[in-house]
Amino acid sequence: MNKMEMALHELAEMDELAAQRSPVHQLHPAAKLIATVIYILVVVSFHKYDLGGLIPMVLWPVLLFQVSGIPVHTCFYKLRIVLPLVLAVGLFNPLLDRAPLLYLGTIPVSGGFLSMLTLMLKGTLCLMASFLLMATTSIDHLCGALRKLHVPGLLVTLLLLTYRYVGVLTEELAIMTDAYHLRAPGQKGIHVSAWGSFLGQLLLRSMDRAQELYASMLLRGYHEHFHYAPLRPFRGKDAVYLAVCAAVFVLLRLLPVTQMLGMLVV
Amino acid sequence: MITCSNVSFSYETGRPVLQDLSFTIRDGECVGLIGANGAGKSTVMKLILGLLPCTQGEIRVDEIPVGKETLKDVRRKLGFVLQNSDNQMFMPTVYEDMIFAPLNYGVSKEETEKRVDALLEKLGLQELKHRHNHKISGGEKRMAAIATILAMEPEMILMDEPTAALDPYNRRIVINTIRELPQTKLITSHDLDMILSTCSRVILLSGGKIAADGPAQEILRDKELLEAHRMELPLCLQNAAVPLYQT
Repeated sequence: MNKMEMALHELAEMDELAAQRSPVHQLHPAAKLIATVIYILVVVSFHKYDLGGLIPMVLWPVLLFQVSGIPVHTCFYKLRIVLPLVLAVGLFNPLLDRAPLLYLGTIPVSGGFLSMLTLMLKGTLCLMASFLLMATTSIDHLCGALRKLHVPGLLVTLLLLTYRYVGVLTEELAIMTDAYHLRAPGQKGIHVSAWGSFLGQLLLRSMDRAQELYASMLLRGYHEHFHYAPLRPFRGKDAVYLAVCAAVFVLLRLLPVTQMLGMLVV
Repeated sequence: MITCSNVSFSYETGRPVLQDLSFTIRDGECVGLIGANGAGKSTVMKLILGLLPCTQGEIRVDEIPVGKETLKDVRRKLGFVLQNSDNQMFMPTVYEDMIFAPLNYGVSKEETEKRVDALLEKLGLQELKHRHNHKISGGEKRMAAIATILAMEPEMILMDEPTAALDPYNRRIVINTIRELPQTKLITSHDLDMILSTCSRVILLSGGKIAADGPAQEILRDKELLEAHRMELPLCLQNAAVPLYQT
């Protein structure tokens, strides 16, 4: 299996994860989507030095991992490319903000170091929340939910078709990479001299396939308006889930929970 | 009924692909469109479906002229099974693919659900209903692709190489399914044995022109005619067996 086939396999795995059955999977996509957006907004709103306040926010993804049955290592494995980029965001903070902000015993901790940790945790939590949403909701249901929330149809269709196009592009890339390596044994990657024609061919082939897919849609009555897989009605338990999540997130944001817990111990 | 009257077509390169093509496919007929590579079979299909503009001549589907303004009505009547089922099955699961067309044509969700279940039962594909498209075999995918088209309840079905790349067992299933479909059918294929099993009439295309049009049993038995147009007799009609490998 070449790298592209692995990428394709991982993409298909996301669909399989989303097709599982768990209490989280069975929630209405709109409830999950709104809860995730609120969660991300709350996480991002924490002050750059408020690492303590941010820590209780870890509980929500942990709880979702437990209830949905999605392995935590799957999340980190799938985020392995983007996670280092997010972690790198605050890497220079310790150099820019050196003033000691607190002391761990006698060890001074600079504001830059604290803000770096906060930024890293914020990024990781946001990525985990987004992953959990994608792993428990299929792209079609997600798009259906976006339409229910009155997001413009054109944007939603664009999102869905882009997602599908990534699959088509990766499939073609996998075929071409295999064909290349079978005639270039022992060579690592694609040689620079072939990049131009390789990319050009990839674009042409994937466009041809995308065109045929589009024709297939047109021939089955598609006309600017996409009918997403039917969503079940928004029930009481979805409203309860959303209300509880929103209330807990806001409370965790407003109340110094870690300090209060610390007071109990000290 | 599909009627092509004096249809000619050329791509931008200028070389004529179809020249003065005229034929009629009557209701309930099953017609095989055969010809060597580059004979213009796929172009005929695309013109009937309105995927290519008919610039010379006229094509009518049930008396509706195929044109930009009538595409919606024309396509409502036609179902097209693509050669590559991967390009046909663009939704995540078989079920979602099957409901795509009925929902687009305004069929209610309840009616669509009933239609899908009845169809899957009829074709013996119940277990595929919630399977992921990328997880099913080539044969299952071809049958599922046919099911997605039948869910539209089209009046006519066009098929492009429906048995291509199938093993003998799945090929037989697809052939039996085609034989049982009551709709008007136009099938392009190089699998002349399949054409012989499913079609009552054959149109032989060669160099963009109709070289022969008549009963399948006559045309597909005419060795000279077929060989004159870069084709061979169906395997089941060849007296001499395929030469065996000899050490």
